[in-house]
Amino acid sequence: MEHVIEMLNIRKEFGNFVANDNITLQLKQGEIHALLGENGAGKSTLMNVLFGLYQPEGGEIRVRGQEVKITDPNVANNLGIGMVHQHFMLVEDFSVTENIILGSEPTSVGMISVKTAAKKVQELSELYGLDVDPYAKIEDISVGMQQRVEILKTLYRGAEILIFDEPTASLTPQEITELIQIMRRLIEEGKSIILITHKLKEIMDVSDRVTVIRKGQGIGTVVTAETNPNELASLMVGRQVEFKTVKGAANPTTDVLDVKDLVVTDYRGIEKVRGLNLNVRRGEIVGIAGIDGNGQSELIEAITGLRKVKSGQVFINGQDITGKRPRKITESGVGHIPQDRHKHGLVLDFPIGHNIALQTYYTGPISKNGFMNYSTISKKANEIIQKYDVRTQGDHEPARALSGGNQQKAIIGREIDRDPDLLIAALPTRGLDVGAIEFIHQRLIEQRDKGKAVLLISFELDEVMNVSDRIAVIYDGQIVDTLDPLQTNEQELGLLMAGQTKKGAMTNQAEGEGSSHV
Amino acid sequence: MSNRLVNILVPVISVILGLIVGAIVMLVSGYDPVAGYAALWNGIFGDVYTIGETIRQITPYILAGLAVAFAFRTGLFNIGVEGQLIVGWFAAAYVGVAFDFPKYIHLPLALIAAAGAGALWGFIPGLLKARFKVHEVIVTIMMNYIALHTTNALIKTFSDGGDNTGPINPSASLRSEFLENMTDFSRLHYGILIALAMVFVMWLILEKTTRGFELKAVGLNHNASEYSGMNVNKNIILAMVISGAFAGLGGAMEALGTFEYASVKGGFTGIGFDGIAVALLGANTPLGVIFGAALFGSLKYGALNMPNEAGIPTEIVSIVIAIIIFFVASGYVIRLFVERFSKKKEAK
Repeated sequence: MEHVIEMLNIRKEFGNFVANDNITLQLKQGEIHALLGENGAGKSTLMNVLFGLYQPEGGEIRVRGQEVKITDPNVANNLGIGMVHQHFMLVEDFSVTENIILGSEPTSVGMISVKTAAKKVQELSELYGLDVDPYAKIEDISVGMQQRVEILKTLYRGAEILIFDEPTASLTPQEITELIQIMRRLIEEGKSIILITHKLKEIMDVSDRVTVIRKGQGIGTVVTAETNPNELASLMVGRQVEFKTVKGAANPTTDVLDVKDLVVTDYRGIEKVRGLNLNVRRGEIVGIAGIDGNGQSELIEAITGLRKVKSGQVFINGQDITGKRPRKITESGVGHIPQDRHKHGLVLDFPIGHNIALQTYYTGPISKNGFMNYSTISKKANEIIQKYDVRTQGDHEPARALSGGNQQKAIIGREIDRDPDLLIAALPTRGLDVGAIEFIHQRLIEQRDKGKAVLLISFELDEVMNVSDRIAVIYDGQIVDTLDPLQTNEQELGLLMAGQTKKGAMTNQAEGEGSSHV
Repeated sequence: MSNRLVNILVPVISVILGLIVGAIVMLVSGYDPVAGYAALWNGIFGDVYTIGETIRQITPYILAGLAVAFAFRTGLFNIGVEGQLIVGWFAAAYVGVAFDFPKYIHLPLALIAAAGAGALWGFIPGLLKARFKVHEVIVTIMMNYIALHTTNALIKTFSDGGDNTGPINPSASLRSEFLENMTDFSRLHYGILIALAMVFVMWLILEKTTRGFELKAVGLNHNASEYSGMNVNKNIILAMVISGAFAGLGGAMEALGTFEYASVKGGFTGIGFDGIAVALLGANTPLGVIFGAALFGSLKYGALNMPNEAGIPTEIVSIVIAIIIFFVASGYVIRLFVERFSKKKEAK
């Protein structure tokens, strides 16, 4: 039996909307099969069909050659299909073992026998090199470790086929490397894997074959070894994609943002920004490079008025806005694409149209004499939906129902549309596919070329180096150096981000080069 | 099965199921369910008098339901409607008794006093929530007790140890000769118009005003609201104040319409707590609240006729009414069954 799973000509409709149209996916025994598609292309829908959460309108599913009807997730479990969800489904207060056995607790005389389960968890963990402590509490372990608990959960239930839904979205680079090793180990032990992702690098690294879907249509399946990232990207997006952002030279003029000796504390009163100085001029993009947790969030929140400033000053166009309310700051010409779009960026249960009006709802012509003009909102929202290619069933659809990339495009549309003098973009492309990333980078550069100032915060070095005109490296709450992206490299940036001084970085680099010559 | 059909079918099946289970309870207890339900029906729709009384009963339920629903829609759980209603009741009665103005001043003044007292009772938990993150459920529950005993003490003080305020001046009364004549001298009063007007007001605030946009946004995601420059604390307080004002007006219905006085209470009226169920039955929408209140009010009032006409003890009556409401509230479960049933049929 060559194929463990065959999904043949699957069709799934939601009302008039066809989420999956004639998609075929065949998973061979012992392969890692990537499912590639843009945000909202229908990857999750297809997997939810396989996992029994949705019933398809057409097509058939075969498991090991047998046609099956997967009516709910329990059926999928019994068929040996397990899903590692993108958003972990774990009880924070429970131990690893308790989470794993949840729903199928082994009992002896009516009592849960956690010990027996823990032993089994331990064995599984060792077999697959997962290195998970069965008694650790979920809230005490890292995100990467939590993901392994999710993997263990499926293995404990006897899964032979594992579906990974965007598994690297919230992992650090090192955790990603570890995950790839774990996936290989799973294959060695005879499992088969479907990997849902839009990250081409991972696909090239780990997968055997790739099935591409675009706007709900099955485009086809290719062997990874016979393709390249460029081909995959154009298959996925349906056109050529530029990986290197194209932009002209910057023409910076006067200061828009000027941060002077800024000190900001976190909720425990610990100083996270410690005497930071930074300026961003008209017509340039300044990228802040740094490892998560070095004061980036606190810096942005202080600039935008969401967090109290302990000392120091923030100027926008020469006007002191330190300690002003968020609305005052917004009105003085600041646009903010927030780091956490679900927490700050959107009211998820509001229609997407209302969300697009979230910064302007109180101004004319939307609001007049205290009353809302919802038809104006709708008109404005549809303009932005069109212009920023937000894929939605209409401005009345709740923001929650949109895919992450489309939510982000709506936020970006909202912020850029107000044409702010300073645009703060915090992790603007997190979790997005190459097509959307390209689109967003172009919008940022467009703003720059219109003579606006752009402050970009990103944990992705590629992004910072590609988009910025100037790179400010943040470490431990201070800007430790400012570099020209054309005259630096990932290595130098990496060292500065890790807290090496420039001088130290240079010597280390020289040493590194020296040793490589030997 | 079409969505519309399901939407109609669900409440109908819910009510029928509730009636069947209620009938079983009556049968088992040795009473005639047919006579029981006939008495219930007559108690609600029997003649124009009972219809008038039923509508009168519905009136405060609408306002209590609005109070709970408004808070819900703005992300707050107002358990204090009972207390807000009691202080509203007292404030309206006090203004009604203590002053003597022409009607066009006196009646509005009494209504405003009731709304204001309820608003004040909502303001305190709102302020504590906004400033100190004290959970509104705890504060509002405690405010209920404070309301009950404070108003009792005030009534005693004002009446020199008596147990009620005495009748309000006619200039503050909601009584309507026109409605009374139409309903064979029931106690139906103009309050129902005020309640319906407030249904409109709630809809207007939430769906049409800029303030309503903010209130809803703050209720759904206060982080995003703060990000977009809304004053989160102000909106939380305002939501509680408006909710409290609706509840206070509910009290005014009793003070200026039904009873025309306020008396010392041995315990809670229950209207405020039933308001929670009314709001949930109505899915927290203004129009839904009318239906929730109509169901609650008519069952509560009609049930009074069951002991008289069918000889069923009040305890059994209470159980039967609770069962009917229980089934209506479980509409979700019934919807699930209806949908599954229709799916199976389609599959065949």
